[in-house]
Amino acid sequence: MDVHYLLQLVLNGLFVGAFYGLVALGYSMVYGIIKLLNFAHGDIYMLGAFAGYTMLTIGAGALGGGSIVALVVILVIAMVLTGTVGLVLERVAYRPLRSAPRLSVLITAVGASFALEYGVAVGYGPNPRVYPVGFGNGAVDIFGARLTYAQLFMMLVALGLMIGLDMFIRRTRSGRAMRAISQDPKACLLMGINVDNVISRTFFIGSALAGAAGVMAGAYYGKVDFLMGFIIGLKAFTAAVIGGIGNLRGAVLGAIVLGLLESFGTALLGSEWRDVFAFGFLILFLTVRPTGLLGERVTERV
Amino acid sequence: MTDKRLDSSTPDEPSGFVRALDERGDATVGTVGQGLAPATTRRANPVSRLIGHPAFGWIVIALAVALPFINSSAYAIRISTDALIFIMLAVGLNVVVGYCGLLDLGYAAFFAIGAYTSGVLSTTFGWPIVLTVPFVIVAAVIGGLIIGGPTLRLRSDYLAIVTLGFGEIIRITANNLDFTGGPNGVYGIPDFGDFGDYRADIATYWIVVVVVGLAVLASSRLGRGRLGRAWRFVREDEDAAEAMGIHTYKVKFAAYVTGAIFGGLGGVLFAVHQTAISPPSFNFLFSALILMAVVLGGMGSTPGVVVGAVIISLLPELLRGAENWRYLIFGILLIVVMIFRPQGIWPHRTDEKPARGGRRRSRTDATEVSQ
Repeated sequence: MDVHYLLQLVLNGLFVGAFYGLVALGYSMVYGIIKLLNFAHGDIYMLGAFAGYTMLTIGAGALGGGSIVALVVILVIAMVLTGTVGLVLERVAYRPLRSAPRLSVLITAVGASFALEYGVAVGYGPNPRVYPVGFGNGAVDIFGARLTYAQLFMMLVALGLMIGLDMFIRRTRSGRAMRAISQDPKACLLMGINVDNVISRTFFIGSALAGAAGVMAGAYYGKVDFLMGFIIGLKAFTAAVIGGIGNLRGAVLGAIVLGLLESFGTALLGSEWRDVFAFGFLILFLTVRPTGLLGERVTERV
Repeated sequence: MTDKRLDSSTPDEPSGFVRALDERGDATVGTVGQGLAPATTRRANPVSRLIGHPAFGWIVIALAVALPFINSSAYAIRISTDALIFIMLAVGLNVVVGYCGLLDLGYAAFFAIGAYTSGVLSTTFGWPIVLTVPFVIVAAVIGGLIIGGPTLRLRSDYLAIVTLGFGEIIRITANNLDFTGGPNGVYGIPDFGDFGDYRADIATYWIVVVVVGLAVLASSRLGRGRLGRAWRFVREDEDAAEAMGIHTYKVKFAAYVTGAIFGGLGGVLFAVHQTAISPPSFNFLFSALILMAVVLGGMGSTPGVVVGAVIISLLPELLRGAENWRYLIFGILLIVVMIFRPQGIWPHRTDEKPARGGRRRSRTDATEVSQ
C-alpha cells in the first residue's frame, strides 16, 4: 500500500464521516435531551433527499439548473421542511408518550419510521429516483489523492453546520437550556425553562441537519429511494455510540472514526462487507467500551 | 406501666398499620404488575366469557387440525401454514418483548439462522430435517449469546438498535457467503419425510400445527411460571427486581435466548414449507411485522399475540396489490396503538386467582379487627 492510496482512503473516510456526522448529531441531541432513540431520524434524512429532489424537479428551470447557488437555496428550504417534519413528529408521536414506559416510545419510533418510509413509497413510488443534478468531475489533487470539488464543497458545508451547532449549543441561551435539560428536565421545569419548547427546538435542529445531509447525499450519489435512510440511521447511531451518545462533539468524532474504519475495512474486505464490518464494530464497541470515546454514565439507568 | 398504656387505647379503633392497609391496599396491590396492560377484571361481556373459557384454546386447535378436511385447496393450506409459522415467531418474540420488555428489532435474524442452518445441512449433507433441529437450536443460542452478551448489560434501548444491526448482519452475510448460496439462497430443501398416502403439503401442515401448538402452550406456560414472573418484574421495574434478588442479567438473557430458540425453530418450519430460502425474506420489514403482531395483539398476552399474528399474516391476502399503503397504515397503527391502547386488542389479564383470594382474606381480617 503506497502513501497516495492510504491518503485516498483517509479522504474517503473523512467524506463519508461528514455525512454520518450530520445525521449522528441529531441522533445524539435527541438522545441527550429526552433519552429517546429516534428510529425515524434516518428517515428524516431520506425525506430531506426527497424534498431536494422535488424542488429540483419542479423548479430546475427557475433555479438555473444545478448551480451551486441553487443547491444552497434548496438545501436551506429542505432543512426548514425536514426540521418542521421533525417538530411535528415529536408533537404527534412522542410527546403524548413522554411519561409512558420506554418500550412504548421505542415502538412508536419504529412506527414513525415505518410511516415515513412507506408514506414516501406511496407518494413517489417504490423505485429509486434519479437526482436531476450532477456535479462536474473537477477535482483537487492533494499529494496524489483525489478529492472532487463536490466532495470538498459538501465537507465544508457539513463542517460549517457542525461549527454553527456547536456555537449555538455552547454560546446561546437556547443552547444552555438544552444542556440543562439533558442534565435534569425536572429541575429545568422548576427553574422556568419551557421544556416542551426546547425539546421541539431540538427536534427541529436535529432534523434540519439530517435533511441537509439528505440533500447533499442525493446530489452526490445521484439517486434516492425510500429506504435510503435505514442503513444511514444505523450507521449514525453507531457513530453516536462510538463517540459517546448524548455528546455532540463525540458524535462528530465517532462519525469520523466510523468513516475511516469503513474506508479501511472496505479496502481490506471488499465493499460487500462494509455494513457488516460497521455493525460488527458497533457490537464490539458496546462490549469493550459502552460509554464511547468521550461519553460518561451510559450504563446508569433512569 | 406498659400494660396501662395498652389499656388506654380504645379497643375498637384499628391500628394505624391496619388502617393504612385498608386505605391503600387496593392501590398498592392494583398497580403492581399492571404496567403496559391494565387489569381488566370485569367479564360481563358474553364474547369475552366465551373466549376466556379454558376450552376455547382446544377448540381453536381442533379447528386448525381439521382444516384440511374443511378446505384442502393448496392455497388454503399454504396461507394457513404461513400464518401458523408467523404465530410461532410472534409467540417467540412475545417472550422477549411482551414478557421481559426487551425490544428486539432483528428477530428475523434468528428466523434466518434457523432456516439457513437447517436448509444448508439438509441440502449439502443430505441430512433429514429432524436431525438438523439440534444444530438449529445450538446456532440460535450462539446467535443469542453474541448479541445478548454485551448488550443486555446496558440499557434496553441499546438492545433495540443492536438487534436491528444484527438483523442486517445476518442478512448481508447470507447474501455474501458462498455456502449459503449468495443472493440465490438455498433451494430444494426436503420435506419432513415420506407420508405415504397423504399430500406432502397437508402432512407438513399437520406437523406445523403440532409444533406451533406446542410452542404456544410452552410460551404461555413459561409466562406463568417462576421465570415468567421474574420477566414481568424486570419489565416493570428493573431496579426493584434487582433489589428483590432477581439476577436481572440472567433473567433477561433467558428471555432473549428463549426467543432465539423459538425463532430458530420457526425458521426450520419456514425452510421446509417454502423449500427454498433467500436473503430478502429476512429483511427488517419482516422483523417489524412480527413486532407489529405482538404489539397489536397485546404484549405479554399469548392469545392476543396469536390473534395479532393471524391478522398481520392474513391481511395481505385480503389487501393484495396495495403493499405500500398497507405498510404506511401499519406504521401509523403502531403509533396510534401505543398512544391510545398500549395493552393491545386482547390484553394480558393480571387477575391471578390465588393472589386475589389472599388479598380479600387480609381485608376481612382487617374489618374483623376494626369491629
